[in-house]
Amino acid sequence: MTVTLTPIKAVRKPSPLSLASPRRKMSAILANLGLVVVGVCFVLPLTWVLLAAFDTRATYQTQIPRSPSLENFTAILTPELTFIPLLNSLVISLGTAALTVTAALLAAYPLSRYQSRFNKPFMYTVLFGTSLPITAIMVPVYSLFVQLNLLDSVPGTVLFMAASSLPIAIYMTKNFMDSVPISLEEAAWMDGASAMRALQSIIIPLMRPGIAVVAIFVFFQAWGNFFVPFILLLSPSKQPASISIYTFFGQYGSIAYGQLAAYSLIYAVPVMALYVLVSRGIGGSFALAGAVKG
Amino acid sequence: MVTADVIATTPPSSDRRRQEPQGSGRRPVSRLAKALRMIPLIPAIIIMTIFLAGPIIWSFYGSFTNAALTGPNASHSSWIGLDNYAKLLQDPVFPLSLWLTVLFTLASAVISQNVLGLGIALTMTRANKRLASLIGSIVVGAWILPEIVAAFVCYAYFSKNGTLNQILAAVGMTGPNWLYSFPMLAVILANLWRGTAFSLLVYQAALNDVPPEITEAAMIDGASGAKRLVYVTIPIIRTTITTNLMLITLQTLSVFTLIYVMTAGGPGNDSTTLPILAYKEAFRFSNIGYGTAIATVLLLIGAVFSIVYIRAARPAKD
Repeated sequence: MTVTLTPIKAVRKPSPLSLASPRRKMSAILANLGLVVVGVCFVLPLTWVLLAAFDTRATYQTQIPRSPSLENFTAILTPELTFIPLLNSLVISLGTAALTVTAALLAAYPLSRYQSRFNKPFMYTVLFGTSLPITAIMVPVYSLFVQLNLLDSVPGTVLFMAASSLPIAIYMTKNFMDSVPISLEEAAWMDGASAMRALQSIIIPLMRPGIAVVAIFVFFQAWGNFFVPFILLLSPSKQPASISIYTFFGQYGSIAYGQLAAYSLIYAVPVMALYVLVSRGIGGSFALAGAVKG
Repeated sequence: MVTADVIATTPPSSDRRRQEPQGSGRRPVSRLAKALRMIPLIPAIIIMTIFLAGPIIWSFYGSFTNAALTGPNASHSSWIGLDNYAKLLQDPVFPLSLWLTVLFTLASAVISQNVLGLGIALTMTRANKRLASLIGSIVVGAWILPEIVAAFVCYAYFSKNGTLNQILAAVGMTGPNWLYSFPMLAVILANLWRGTAFSLLVYQAALNDVPPEITEAAMIDGASGAKRLVYVTIPIIRTTITTNLMLITLQTLSVFTLIYVMTAGGPGNDSTTLPILAYKEAFRFSNIGYGTAIATVLLLIGAVFSIVYIRAARPAKD
């Protein structure tokens, strides 16, 4: 959870001496071979979804489509099945990310900038919260939502999702904020700026990449979440794509395999693109600095 | 082991940040001003109290009631003391479910993901750089897939006519219907496929921090590859191993979607781990109180691992 946005980069040390050169060569060949085997094993399950999406007569078997077509995609691109659920996913994920990042930034400021007896126990509680099995509390959350009359409410779901990602967001944001030097703010304080003013005009611009990492991380988790909306959102018009894909294909239509694969791609590709963007661009060692500590 | 204990029990070092903005005459800050400075914490605290601490407390309370989804107990649940827990102990499914949860966590995370993740990370340091980066992307690809999609993909892979059995058929073997005959094996492998990337990323970062001088020194002293691994590399990344083990254990304990979509806990209860059991009892059999008791047990197991993890990770240390 904590290292999510680290880019994948193969690490190669400067080769230490070349005393055992022939053996090194041998071990490099074995290593390459081993990695190829692992790669094949990991890519095999994915071949089905990639091939079936373009095959109108797809089954659960992996087969090369006889006549590749985009029919599966055109069949599922309807408002009820795809557009509205995807829009719901977007609203829920963006809402969760915005709420989480705002609350986390505000909370991180006093935790990072002032010393207080309160900080240490708070950070321990936050860290405890990052590792709670969220699945375990879904039954009580359901009862709570019934009591609060929040069942089947998108804002309610967003609030819960924000609550469950806040601990890790606060933790990451505080670490990022710690790396912004305090001296710039001192100048602002001298000039009479308030703490919030300093946060807004000095810290936030300086830690923009860090904020992006936290926001994308939260967005990512909310986008892929199935269990939380599955329990908390009941009417189809409010449900995100993860539920729509499950109810449509899991319950009624175990025949339309090709469409299932096509839907999977449409739903998964945006977040995968986002991940690549982050790990190639703003991620880098900066993401690691804030995130890997836990 | 001793050093690990020492590290784990060292109190977090005090904050090195200055208490006050320096250079501004250092006027003492009043109690009120100190309290006012904490105001920005309030939104986060409110949200987390209502929606995170609330359900946890509710979970403990609810497990002592006979709350139900339907029927007379739906609107007026009453206090039934430890009855739910007594029922839990008599329920033959509960010990099975607990065992399946332990099996699932041990086999798919603690052993497979952890060892495979470290193995791939180590292999990558010796392999061709481009190849390593490609394989890394493939492994991570399985992980960043939304969980419902990953579950469908694994369902297809392990189903009777799925890819796995096609491969077995190609070498002349008839594969079973994995999801029915070996449901636990199927979900364990599926979780291994989906979760290994996390350990890989953690170990890649850790191996990157192992100073090359130390391994070089061991190499010059004539230590073989295996010896360097056991006596040099692993001791250096030991803390990372602990942290990783705790985190993947916690993540695996709460896996729901993957199992629910692939087997729905079946056939019978043969792959019903605790999250599935809690869900089934609460929502399918409308027994919220009993489901909450199961959730509470899961929560307590999670809490134990969280505490171990926190002691290893030490937050206040900057």
